[in-house]
Parts: sequence; C-alpha cells; structure tokens
Amino acid sequence: MTAQRIDVLYFAWVRERIGLPRERIETAAATVSDLIAELCQREERYAAAFADTKALRVALDQELSEFTAPLAGVREVAFFPPMTGG
Amino acid sequence: MPVRVQPDPFDAGGELNAFAATVPGAGAVVSFTGIVRDVAGGLSVMEIEHYPGMTEKAITAIADAALARWSLTGAQVIHRYGRLQADEDIMMVLTAAPHRADAFAAAEFLMDYLKSRAPFWKKEVTAQGADWVAAKEDDEAALRRW
Repeated sequence: MTAQRIDVLYFAWVRERIGLPRERIETAAATVSDLIAELCQREERYAAAFADTKALRVALDQELSEFTAPLAGVREVAFFPPMTGG
Repeated sequence: MPVRVQPDPFDAGGELNAFAATVPGAGAVVSFTGIVRDVAGGLSVMEIEHYPGMTEKAITAIADAALARWSLTGAQVIHRYGRLQADEDIMMVLTAAPHRADAFAAAEFLMDYLKSRAPFWKKEVTAQGADWVAAKEDDEAALRRW
C-alpha cells in the first residue's frame, strides 16, 4: 500500500501516556495493528501506551472498529480506553 | 432526536417539562438523571473528556436504534463534559411513548449503551491524586440483554 496521511487521535490515559492529543502521520501501514507496531517502534512512550491492546479500543473515521481493520482510505484513527459515559 | 453534548450545567426539571411539551400523544414520559457521585476521601473534581464529532454521531446512532426498536414519540439525550463537582448532574435521558413499558425499556437501553458505546472518559481527582474510571464488566454484560 502507498503511504497516506492519517490524523491519529488519543484520548484519556492513552493521550496522557503518549503526551499529545493528536498528530498527523504519514504511514504505509495496511491495518490498525500495523500502525500500532509502527508507532511502538518510534519511542518508548508509544510502546507504553500500546503495551496491552486488550485494554484499548480503536475508532476509524469516528466509528468503533477492530485492530485487524484495513486503513486504506481512512482519514482519522482514534485510540482510547473502554468508554465510561453515562 | 435531539442530542446535546455540552460543558454547561442544565436544569433537569426544566428539561423534563420542555421535553414533555414537545411530545404530544405520549401517555408516558421517563426521565433519568445521572449525578456525579462523591468518592471516599472526597472528590475534588470529576473531569469528563469526550471525542467531539464521534460523541454526537455515536449517541445519535444509539438513539436511532431505540427509536427503531420501541414505539416512541420522542427521545432526548443531554451529556456534559469538562470539570464537574460531586452532586452535579452529568447527563439526562428522556423518552416518551404511548405506553410506559416502551418508555422505560428505551430509557434503560439508552443508558446501557451510553455507558460503554459513547466516547466519554471520566477521571476522578481527589486529594490523593487522579484516576481514570475503569469500565466495568457489568457495563459490557448489560448490553447483552438487548
């Protein structure tokens, strides 16, 4: 897959561990899992945030999705812990 | 289906009366208000973070599912974000139906789904420090009954 620009958003303790709420990255990652692997390679703070993906949820273009989902055409990826609304 | 996501406080009584006035034909109106609980040691503040854009879409989708499933004449959701004190109202769900069973069921469905499918995250700040509220197994289990 060719590289694409994606906005990556982080919420709650994921945001705190990574240290920023959002960033635009250029990536050739094919799936969400590939993107996570790429981010973890960058710096320790990403590896710390993504250490246990079972404790994380992902949304693609603001819809809940799966870690196996493809990223082709996706503009916005968000990572966050299970939601605690209500 | 009105969805409001806002930092400002709301008047639960006023909202209920305003909603009831907009649902002619309803034989039943149910309202639920969620309130910030104090915690052991005393809550300094509860910080509620959300995902602008997705929050409104997720709540609208949940509400549309309720409207499709039960015979409702109206539904409304208000949810706050930002910094809240103990005893403040966090959120409100309102449903109206010709009969009470539909209004009650839809209100419970909306609450169950808002808890774990609307992108909000709560952090409790006390004198001892700050902790993100963890999702509960029960919250996920509650969805399975629907």
